[in-house]
Amino acid sequence: MALRSSTRLGVAMFAPALIYIAAVVGLPLCLAFLYSVGDVRVGSVGYHFVGLDNFRSVLRSPTFRRSLANSFVFTIVTQLIVIVCANLLALALRDRFRGRGFVRFLVLLPWVAPISLGAIGWKWLLDSIYSVVNWVLVHLHLVRPFDAPMWLGEPRLAMASVILVHAWRMLPFSTVILLAGLTSIPKDIPEAAAVDGAGFWRSYFRIVLPMMTPIINVAVLFGVIFTFTDMTVVYILTRGGPYDSTQVLPSLAFFTGILGSDLSEGAAISVFLVPILAVIAILMLRVAQKAEVV
Amino acid sequence: MAVVETRKLTKVYAKAELGAVNEVDLLVREGEFLVFLGPSGSGKTTLLRMIAGLEEPTRGEVRIGGRDVTRLAPRDRGIAMVFQSYALYPHLTVRKNILFPLQAQKVPRARHAEKVEWASSLLGIGHLLERRPRELSGGERQRVALARAIVREPQVFLLDEPLSNLDAKLRASAREELSRFHKRVGTTTIYVTHDQIEAMAMGDRVVVLAQGVVRQIGTPREVYDQPADTFVATFLGSPPMNLMEAGEVIAGFRPEHLLPASLATGPAVPLRLRVATVEYLGAERIVYGVLLGGRFDGQKVVSRIPATVPAAYAADETHDFVVPEDRLEFFERASGKRTGRREFAWR
Repeated sequence: MALRSSTRLGVAMFAPALIYIAAVVGLPLCLAFLYSVGDVRVGSVGYHFVGLDNFRSVLRSPTFRRSLANSFVFTIVTQLIVIVCANLLALALRDRFRGRGFVRFLVLLPWVAPISLGAIGWKWLLDSIYSVVNWVLVHLHLVRPFDAPMWLGEPRLAMASVILVHAWRMLPFSTVILLAGLTSIPKDIPEAAAVDGAGFWRSYFRIVLPMMTPIINVAVLFGVIFTFTDMTVVYILTRGGPYDSTQVLPSLAFFTGILGSDLSEGAAISVFLVPILAVIAILMLRVAQKAEVV
Repeated sequence: MAVVETRKLTKVYAKAELGAVNEVDLLVREGEFLVFLGPSGSGKTTLLRMIAGLEEPTRGEVRIGGRDVTRLAPRDRGIAMVFQSYALYPHLTVRKNILFPLQAQKVPRARHAEKVEWASSLLGIGHLLERRPRELSGGERQRVALARAIVREPQVFLLDEPLSNLDAKLRASAREELSRFHKRVGTTTIYVTHDQIEAMAMGDRVVVLAQGVVRQIGTPREVYDQPADTFVATFLGSPPMNLMEAGEVIAGFRPEHLLPASLATGPAVPLRLRVATVEYLGAERIVYGVLLGGRFDGQKVVSRIPATVPAAYAADETHDFVVPEDRLEFFERASGKRTGRREFAWR
């Protein structure tokens, strides 16, 4: 039976997106599942099914377990910082003031600038010898010269640096989403709270924040997924070091599978991300649905 | 209950512009139901918001219960407000909406249940306490907003067009209910509306505003029967007052006083009228016509004839009408202000 022309047009319009997703997301995902139960290496031609061997080997590796824990720390702490700061920024940017447009532009800058450039900038700022941050700290007499902190060289500091840089990068995105949520609350409602006797804090925590919950959930959902699957900041700043203290699952998968040429084990590591992300996504969507108001 | 007073209260948004509210002096009496009436943009809501403390005055003073509250936050003024949108908290149940002001005002927890019970039974919403605002009808939301306002027994009630979101039928009953509610609680109330029927029906006194200026303050009878100027005369009443200009004087009469000549009793001004259109409204007919002959030949006038007058009217007919002389109002042409009886050349 011939399709109606409007249906055909619909299919034609939809096809590019579908093909794009299938080729760039779907195919690699299938390959990753396939590789994770095989014995594929860079340059090898054959494929042997090995069952869950790769997963067993990965789970036995202390580096993997460390990376898994790091991934959670990296994601959770980053998102906590981002959500608190994004709330503050959204509040500050809601009301009109002179230069608001410029400040909004500055806030957006980390998001629109290429992350590699941003991260390299931070690498310089945190460099062990040329660090601007240390120069400032020394001149403020907060640390002694020649004894300045090695931002990327000490495990705890390195993790903190990676988290802060990633938070810096994610902040604009969450701020914009939260700002949209904040401005969508009718002005009458906080005003009613003010007349009813609520001060700033009560009005914010009892009225504004609960009304923003669905939109905050959206911001957190995207933030968690972007953070959990990201390796750019780690790769550029620390390469997972020192001693794998900043290694996260995506960077470990890359180092093992691509740089270490063990495609199968790399695939197994990255497949670990799938159930975790699926659970997060389902959870957040459910919360968002439940909290829907108005 | 308290007296609310404004002294030279002014709000100017942009310099060199006419203020949204200009030098308003008002005294709202204790327990009074005062209505701010005006077209949109007349500054009535801005005036209310300055009294509430939601808008900072450019100049002037607000006093509640004898206390200068001009610089105080809304919550320190002892007021409660019902917004046009009701501004119910959408994520809280009706009970929690009503509880909110009690918690915010640190009313002892032990008294919460009793207070909520009192406010909700006063407004007949006891059965809705566990619902959320989105599950309520417009009329129910309006009652919840009132309950939330009354629950902490404010000194002053501020109502910003609370009936404008209701359909026409519900509005009439809500109007009556609101009046009854006011009589029962007796709280000083300021009510903003652009609907003259609401203003006339509910107000102890009506403040007519235009362009941020008070044009008249008076009882509904005063503002209707003795309008202070031509603005008040034409803003109140539907259809508006007929105005005739002659020299330095404007004469005015309400459509309901332009009646068929056969109904004349006592001294009256005779007018001959050619009917243009007739609107049949059931209880009355609105006759739009053009005067014939004399000085005002060609001037459009409106007459409002109750259904109890049997005469029939149709387009293009000519009829004799009269206006009783004691129903004529006079205004100065230059200022638009009302003046006493004047000589007026009808011919």
